[in-house]
Amino acid sequence: MTSENQDPWDEAQPVPLYVITGGADSSAKSFDLVTLIASRSEPEPSMSPEPAAILSMCQYPLSVAEVSAYLTLPFSVVTVLLSQLVADEHVEAIAPVPVAAYPDRGLLEAVIHGLRKL
Amino acid sequence: MDYANSDAPPKAGPRDPDLLLPHSARGVKVVVVGGFGVGKTTMVGAVSEIPPLTTEETMTQAGVGIDHNPGAAGKNTTTVAMDFGRISINEELVLYLFGTPGQERFWFLWNGIFEGALGAVVLVDTRRIEVCFEVVTRLEDRRVPFVVAVNAFPEAPHYPVPELRTALALSDSVPIVTCDARDRASCRDALLELMVYLCTLAAQESA
Repeated sequence: MTSENQDPWDEAQPVPLYVITGGADSSAKSFDLVTLIASRSEPEPSMSPEPAAILSMCQYPLSVAEVSAYLTLPFSVVTVLLSQLVADEHVEAIAPVPVAAYPDRGLLEAVIHGLRKL
Repeated sequence: MDYANSDAPPKAGPRDPDLLLPHSARGVKVVVVGGFGVGKTTMVGAVSEIPPLTTEETMTQAGVGIDHNPGAAGKNTTTVAMDFGRISINEELVLYLFGTPGQERFWFLWNGIFEGALGAVVLVDTRRIEVCFEVVTRLEDRRVPFVVAVNAFPEAPHYPVPELRTALALSDSVPIVTCDARDRASCRDALLELMVYLCTLAAQESA
């Protein structure tokens, strides 16, 4: 405790989250927990560790929730990283199936069929 | 923890068996909601094809006025963990199952979770049924379709379904099922109950 006005950052996170996101503010409203992320390029040596890790792990599609879990970073931080990667066309974001007030019957039947196989 | 090379990117990601097919197209989600210790994570784990994972959300402004958080005065961020699992339905569809706490102070999480969700399973422990009153009301307000699944803890009191329905002030149409959150087939059946209920609602809507 060297500073008397120590910021109340989460004790477990030594790097402030705005450093990980490169200072970008969140304009990442378009991501859902189950938006699927698929890499469209290989990690580059110049990349920060977190975006590079996202590109490596999303060679096969993963949900934003899974990316958040594997990076142990909060969802909101991951979405900031992802918006930059989407803007740079490093990853593709595949939106979830849109669900209206009541979901589509074909979708429900597919889910029922899938669950019965469990 | 030792790092052989501190410049290497974090080696994180799924194990090989947890990879989705490259052409997995779309995600859908279902939410399991209930009080602490009711078995949400157990249920998610029972049906998930991957070991349950945890995603975190930081609560900052979103929690103001909702989360009183008396133990953390002066702390302006709080992290809440949500466990989730995954079921590949077919080559085009992946179902994600999120467990989220039902207490009022966690409702700030609900916006992100319930938006676009197919529906919810309200998991009930009959020893602590009171948590579910507010959950049920809140889901009805948000027009999220749900079924009630009573997690049959061995030592928990057993109530007949009509009594539970009255206690939770549920309409006759909301299905109530008993399940064992540890049992895959039992949890699958609770999810199927939700899907069949959603079909019924969809049919009524289009009628």
